[in-house]
Order: sequence, then C-alpha cells, then structure tokens
Amino acid sequence: MEATEIAEKVSSGEISARTVVEQHIEIINEIESDVNAFNLVTAEKALIDADEIDSKIASGETLGPLAGVPISIKDNLCTRGIETTCSSKILEGWKPPYDATVIEKLKEAGAVIIGKTNLDEFAMGSSTENSAFGPTRNPHNLECVPGGSSGGSAAAVAAGFSPLALGSDTGGSIRQPAALCGVVGVKPTYGRVSRYGLVAFASSLDQVGPFANTVSDAALTLEVISGHDPRDSTSIPEKPLDISGFLDQGVEGMRIGVIEELSGKGLGGISQDVISRVEDAIKVLSNAGADVEPASVPASIYGLSAYYVIAPAEASSNLARYDGIRFGPRTEAATTAETMTATRTKGFGDEVKRRIMLGTYALSAGYYDAYYGKSQRVRTLIMNDFAKAYEKFDLLISPTAPTTAFPLGDKTADPMQMYLQDVCTIPSNLAGHPAMSVPFGFGADGMPVGIQILAPAMAEREMFQAAKILESESGNGIE
Amino acid sequence: MELNSPDMNDWETVIGLEVHAELATKTKMFSSALNSFGGKPNSNTDPVSLGLPGSLPVLNEKAVELAIRVGLALNCEVQKSVFARKNYFYPDMPKAYQISQFDLPINKEGWLELPDGRRIGIERAHLEEDTGKITHVGGGGRIHEASYSLIDYNRSGVPLIEIVGAPDLRSPDDARDYVSELRSILVTIGASDGKMEEGSLRVDCNVSVRKKGTEEFGTRCEIKNINSLRSLGRAIEYEAKRQIEIIESGQKIEQQTRHWDEAEGRTHKLRSKEEAFDYRYFPEPDLVSVEPSEEWIREISGSLPPLPRERRHLLAEAIGVEPTETSLIVQRDLDTFALEAISSNANKNRVLVHLENNLADGVGELTPEAFASLTVMETNGELTSTQTKTVLAELVEAGGDPQEVAKSHGFESMDNSELEEIVDRIISENSDDWLAFINGDETERKKKSGFFVGLIMKETNGQADGKIVNQILNTKSKN
Amino acid sequence: MVERISREEVAHVARLAQLALSEDELDAFTSQLAAVLDHAADLEALNVDDIEPSTHPFPLKNVLRVDEPGEGFEIEEVLEGAPEVEEHQFRVPPILGDS
Ligand SMILES: [Mg+2]
Ligand SMILES: [Zn+2]
Repeated sequence: MEATEIAEKVSSGEISARTVVEQHIEIINEIESDVNAFNLVTAEKALIDADEIDSKIASGETLGPLAGVPISIKDNLCTRGIETTCSSKILEGWKPPYDATVIEKLKEAGAVIIGKTNLDEFAMGSSTENSAFGPTRNPHNLECVPGGSSGGSAAAVAAGFSPLALGSDTGGSIRQPAALCGVVGVKPTYGRVSRYGLVAFASSLDQVGPFANTVSDAALTLEVISGHDPRDSTSIPEKPLDISGFLDQGVEGMRIGVIEELSGKGLGGISQDVISRVEDAIKVLSNAGADVEPASVPASIYGLSAYYVIAPAEASSNLARYDGIRFGPRTEAATTAETMTATRTKGFGDEVKRRIMLGTYALSAGYYDAYYGKSQRVRTLIMNDFAKAYEKFDLLISPTAPTTAFPLGDKTADPMQMYLQDVCTIPSNLAGHPAMSVPFGFGADGMPVGIQILAPAMAEREMFQAAKILESESGNGIE
Repeated sequence: MELNSPDMNDWETVIGLEVHAELATKTKMFSSALNSFGGKPNSNTDPVSLGLPGSLPVLNEKAVELAIRVGLALNCEVQKSVFARKNYFYPDMPKAYQISQFDLPINKEGWLELPDGRRIGIERAHLEEDTGKITHVGGGGRIHEASYSLIDYNRSGVPLIEIVGAPDLRSPDDARDYVSELRSILVTIGASDGKMEEGSLRVDCNVSVRKKGTEEFGTRCEIKNINSLRSLGRAIEYEAKRQIEIIESGQKIEQQTRHWDEAEGRTHKLRSKEEAFDYRYFPEPDLVSVEPSEEWIREISGSLPPLPRERRHLLAEAIGVEPTETSLIVQRDLDTFALEAISSNANKNRVLVHLENNLADGVGELTPEAFASLTVMETNGELTSTQTKTVLAELVEAGGDPQEVAKSHGFESMDNSELEEIVDRIISENSDDWLAFINGDETERKKKSGFFVGLIMKETNGQADGKIVNQILNTKSKN
Repeated sequence: MVERISREEVAHVARLAQLALSEDELDAFTSQLAAVLDHAADLEALNVDDIEPSTHPFPLKNVLRVDEPGEGFEIEEVLEGAPEVEEHQFRVPPILGDS
C-alpha cells in the first residue's frame, strides 16, 4: 500500500494504525534476516505509537498527512532515547538526548518510526558494505549491494518493510541506492530540509531526503520534512514545500537538457544498458510535450575530484569530536590523549580513517591552497556552468548511477572504483541543487535502473512533475 | 635559573597583547544555553555546547552587537566577517575545533589611546567561543601530577572577543596602562564585566627585545596564564631579562609559548614553534557570513556612551590638569562625582585627593550630589580634612546627607567670632607663654604655637580648624 | 610516477587526526590516499585563480538568534550515557601537556 493510501485509511478509521504496523513488522520478520536493512527495529515502540494514533482517531482528533504510516530512518538521524550509531562502533549504544528536526516533523505528521536503517559508516560509501554491523543486501538480488550510503533505507522501502524512509545525501547517498534498489529517492535543495540532528559527514553538502515507492509518496514526505528551521543556520527561510497539488501538471512546454558529460559522452564507465534507458526516458519526456535536447555542464567532470577533497576535509573536522570523552564507548589508556587516540583507532573503520586522513591532509599547512582552496573554486565553476545550462533549460537529466547494482565485494578493494559510483550525483551536491532518482526499468541483468532529474535551486516542483511523467511510463509500475 | 642583571639600558622591550574578554550576553555564542558558569557543573549546557553529534551552531545577535560596540570603541573598521574552524584536540573543547574568525574578523585596524596620549594599534578584534573548564584532581591540582581530571562544559561556548594589539608597547607600565584602558572601555560600553581575577578578561603577552635604535623586531615569545595586572608587569620584566641574557650570552631566542608561574615568579616553556599545532583553519560550513548593515552600525555607534578617552579629556579640561591625572578617576568611573563637585566650586585638589585615595574601594551609597556638598563644606572650612574623611567613609557605608552626618559626629563648625573669644581667653590665662610666642625666635614661636593650638583644640573638643586657629594666632601676635 | 603523498606525511596526518596506524596500515593508506590524490590531479590543469571559492551552496547571510535562553535541557541523559562521570563532570585520565 502507498503511504498516501495508508494515511487516508488510517485517518478515516478504515484501517487501524496498529494493523498497518503489524503488517509491516510481519514482512520485516520474514526477510530482514536476509536483507539486513536495519541496525535496529523498533517494533515495540512502533506499536505503542500506532495505538496512540488509533486512540487519537477514536477521540476525533485530526491527524497529520502521514497518520499511521511506517517509516524507516537512516541511523545517522538523531532519535531521542533510541540508539543512533551511524553504523560505527564509535557510536555503538549512543542514545541522543534529542530528536532531529525532521524526526519531530515526522512525528507531528503522524508517521510511525519502525526502525533505524543501516548505512556505510558515517555515510561514507556507495554500497553499505562499510558498516560496522554488516552489509545490507539488495532485495532485488541478495548477492548484490543496495548502493549507499543510505542502502538500508533504500532496501527497506524496496523490500516493503515500510513505504517510506529517510536518508541523507552528501554525494548521491539517497539517489544512487534509490536507483540500485528501484525506488524513488530525492535530494532537495541544500537548506530545504533542516540538518539539525543529522550527524554531520560534510556539512556544506549533506541534505536529508525521502525514499518512497512512488513519486507522490516522496513528494508528500518531502513536504512534511521541509521548511525553515531556526536551529540550522543554513536552512532557507521558506515555508514547507507544496508539491502534491502540482504533480499532474506534466512537462508540456518544458525545456529539458540531457547532460552530455554525465551520459556516456564525457566520462567513461557508464554502462550501455543505463545509457539506453536514458534514451528511453528522453522519448517519454518528448512524447509528453517537453523539448528535450543535449545540454552541457562542462565542469561537472571535475565534480568527483573536487568532492573527494571537500567532503573529506569537512569530515575530518566533523569527526574530530568522537574522542570517547562525552559519549560513546571509550578505549581507556594511561592519558587523555592516548585514550582519544585509542578510542578513535578502535572505533572508526578503514574507509572513515581514509577520509579523515585525506581531509586532514587537504587542510594542512602547505596543502590547503592546492587542494581545499582549489576545490572550492572548482565548486564555483560547476555552479557557474549549471547556471549557464539553466538559462536554456528548466530541468536536466542524466543517469543516476553509472551501473546497476553490483555484487558484494566487487569494489571494496579499490576505494577509487567505489568513488566513481557517485560521478553523476556529486555535481548537484556541490551546486546545492535538488535532484532525484526515479526508477525507470531494468538493465540487462534484471536489476533496476534510475534516471536522475536535476533542477535549479528551489525548483523541486518542476522536478517532481517530470518524475511523475517518467514514473507513469517506467514499465515497472507499482504492484 | 638565577638571572643576572644585564644592562637593561641598552635594550628595548617590545610588547604586543592579545586580550580575550567574555561578552556580557545572556546566552552562549552559538546556542540558547545560559552564559553562566558558577553553579552546578554541566548544568548550563545543551547539545551544541557539548558538541553532540547532529548539533548545529546558530549565532547570538547580541554577541555580534557587543563585538561591533568593541570595534567602534577601538576605532576599528567593522567589516563582513566569516567564521572559521580552528582544529585541535583538547578535552576542554567538545567539538575538537573552536569556532573563531580567521581571514575575515568582524573588526580590523583600530587604535586605543593611553592616558599619556600615545596611540596603540589594534590589529583586529574578532569573535570566538570559549572552552570548558578542567579541574585536575590529585597532585595538588597540578597538571603533571594529577591522577585524573574532571571537565565542566558550562563555560564551553561562552562568547569571547579576542582583541589583538599591535607590538606598540615598550614597558611593563605601558602594558598595564593598555590593559587598564581596554578594560575601562569594555566595561563602559557594557561589552564585558572585565574582571581579570575571575577570568572574564584574559591576557596573553607577546614579548621580544631588541637593541635600542634598531628597527627590526626580535624573535618573540608568547606568555600565557597571566591573571592580574601585577603579574603582567612581573612576567614582562622577567621575560625581557631572560631574553636579553640569552642574546648577550651569544645564543638565539627560540620562538616559544611560555607559561607564567606566579608563585615562582618566572616563565616556563610550554611548546616551541616547531611543536605548534597545525590548526587547519577553514571556513565554518555550519554558519553563514555576518555582514552588518551600515544602518545597524550607525545605530550601535549612536548608542555608545562617552568613552574613557573623551571623559578623561573632558574632566582634565574642567579641572585644569593634564589627562594623565584624570585617568584613574575615569577608570574608576568617578568622573561624574568629580564634575559635580567641581561645578559646585569645591576645591579641585581636595576633590582629586578624595577620589584617588579615599574611594579606591568603590562609592557604595555615596551619590555625586552628596560628594559635591561634602567637598564644598570642606572647601569652605566647615569641616577639617580629617572630619571630611570620616563623613565620606560613612556616606560610602550608609549614604545620607553630609550636613546631617557631620552633625551626628558633632562636627559642627564654629563660627570665627566664637573661636576668637576662646583664643582671647586662652591668651589672657597664659600671658607668659603668649609673650614668649610674640618675642621668641622661630623655634620658640613654633613651640608656643603648638602649645596654644593644643589648648584651643582641647577647649573646642577638636572642632576648630587648625589652619584657622593658626591664622588667628598669627594675626593677634602682630597687633 | 611521483608519489602524491609520502609515508611520512600519512604518519603525520594520522597523528594530527589522533589515529594510530600499524606499519602495514601505513603502507596501505599511503598508496590508497595517493590514488585518490592522483585522481584529483585533473584539477591541477584548471586555471581558477580568478574564480571565487564557494563555501556554501546557497547564499545566506546574517542568520542570527535572539539572545534569549532556550527550553531546559536534560543533561542527566547525557551524563548517564557518558563513558565516565564524577561529581556531574566528565572524568578523563590524566591530561599531560599544556592547556
Ligand atoms: Mg590568539
Ligand atoms: Zn582566541
């Protein structure tokens, strides 16, 4: 059942929130042991919350737009009193004393949190294999990765554990797993959704966004979590988004560009079946009345390089607070400095250490200008190129990921190969623009393919209109 | 190391001070926890001041306003500013970075005028956050012998302004004058309580020496842990001697950070430049730039009270002395008292004496009006200086009307005709002594004058003014 | 190929980041970091000297908070979960070195 349908039926009393939650827990009990989407299933708490919703409905209270809808939460979003680990040993057992703003908003809307989902440690990765608590598997093929870093959230939605999930996207961590798992995943404009309570990876790139099986469910969830938050200085002072009422307006007359550099003509490594799905998408959009033409964002090919300097640099600083003094487990040693080092050495996995060191290096005396400084200028270059492209186009499209889901272990030995998974998604993070992935058929291997729709800052509504068109013609409609 | 006394006359000491002042806000720099750190440890904290994962800073408007006040009072240019992260691990710093300002401080390039009229350059005055407080347990509280330490984060995140002075000071006296003047400015404009003993004003001191007549600066050392004006002077004196001795013995000064030990009266090496941290400054991505509008700056400027420098000059003019002589009074915030008394025609010298010597510990219940009428009474001879002091002390203690206080002490001045009658009577009762007084040589005259004054004072119960008695005796002896 | 980062530099960076590395880890990280930096070498050819760096993707300024105390915060929740607490404070082993 779609989230919109659940909320309607729960609100009207047609079905109880308890029943909805029980049905989803049943599915979780059945196949979660194979998928490992969750670090923690909060079944007991979810049932209590469901009962509370049911009693509110019984007493005639009006409920929010997500009344009784189960939702899975990426385990890097703070949930008060509920373990929040970032899939890292360094936070094992940590119970935040507060809720993230998005969690507050979800609760207000009547959503029921059903569990905390697995991720690459501190959201660093593209396969959810870098988790201290074991990898998540792709529900479409358990031998394959779900993508990452929000692989647990993508898998939870794809597996039917919950119709909705939240993830975070720093370089593609919502869109790439959405593509690999065949679900809708959205990265909003930077600042649309509050980062308060999102455990930071790279502050200037991180955004929280929804996963759903349908475009309209994703729109509804984004509406609920968006809006200005005075606790986040980078939050845009705007009202919550209103998308749902515009979803069916189509793309007639829209000018849509296909980013050449990200669609096989610029960068290598994009597989042929992904490229041909993009060609199919172009036809669908053209048939719907859009004017689709090739577009160029020349600097986008430098995105990956700039990203792998900027994100680790910010991460090296953001992850310095994990020192075993105020929270989390401690590895005790003779002095405080040695305790800090022992705690960090034992608590962080290799990928996290790699990025901390890379970022520390990029910021250190003598290298700042060559790496961090230069990358921030390249970032401007990318923004400028996008701005130029948007003079001609309303929206842009590209593949979401260069390939379909790959087997577990395929890319773990060579970090650089893994990093290339994000080549199409990173430019939007650097520019702060919204982008989403819509499932659009399958590759030769029978695994899902996602099309990425990119929009200028604040243009989520138009982006969703195009997504809705692609969804209607995707050939993998919702069962 | 026992220091010899090198010939200080050949050398010049060059001093530049960095002063940290806690800003008088209600809440912290980046969160709404209370800016107050007596009380129960860690009770004035929140996710932001504890650096918990997911927390985000939001800048306190009042801290910015106070920083601008400081900048304007120090004749700085107020400019667009950007916060930066200063990265280093230390357990009193919860995020393992301090949010400070680096490339673009809120205030740059100003000056402060010493009482003698010399202008000392201010390089910058920027905003930053304070750290928590560490207590070393065992080993008499010394860091090297402690068996463990406790950390209280109540002070963490308290707004600070760091005022970096140019190396324009040349002596311990200069340094003390500079800090006194700065403190006086900060208190006057309501930016800080300026209490050095309580740590709300902290001074780091850069000292170097050079041969008199040379232009080039010597290698400097930074001295930390200076807790009073007294130790500031002592530390500079010690450090200058230490450096001169090293150079005179043919060695080179190593750039170091040194720690002032008040008990031992010497500085210790903390670390040398080679061991200095690589702070990896970079722009704080969780905060946006501060660009105060012209209008806001004008408004703040218009709300500034008269500054110590102006007040010093104003008072000096009113009294007819040099500004150096009025600086202590202004520092003590007693210039309204002085002006009130002077404009009531009280004797200037008496006014200065009372303000400088008798009101060092504060004015208590004394009002400027009461002070004025008291000093006028003294000027008119209604009270002796001793009596005035007594009345003044009581006014400070309990307030009240000087006339009545004087009366309650029986300090009613006698009118001169009454006094003359008494003098005549005493003369006629002691005619031999009187003749000796009239005809005696200088010594004899003095002796007899003392004899008569003594008798008269005894007769009047000490209420007569010695000066007037002497005048009467002199006049009568010449008749 | 010129080494993009030396073993010594990796060791230095690990120290700055308070991470302890074994000799083997040091070797592995050195070559992995070199590979990533090598990829970033495509930036070297770009002349961006006259382009301003972007620190934020969305231009905001003067985001300020009124100086008023917030709602109460339950420090007890934090202290309960802390590694070691004494007298309402965070307890740590001896701190050697300076402040
Ligand atoms: Mg300093
Ligand atoms: Zn400072």
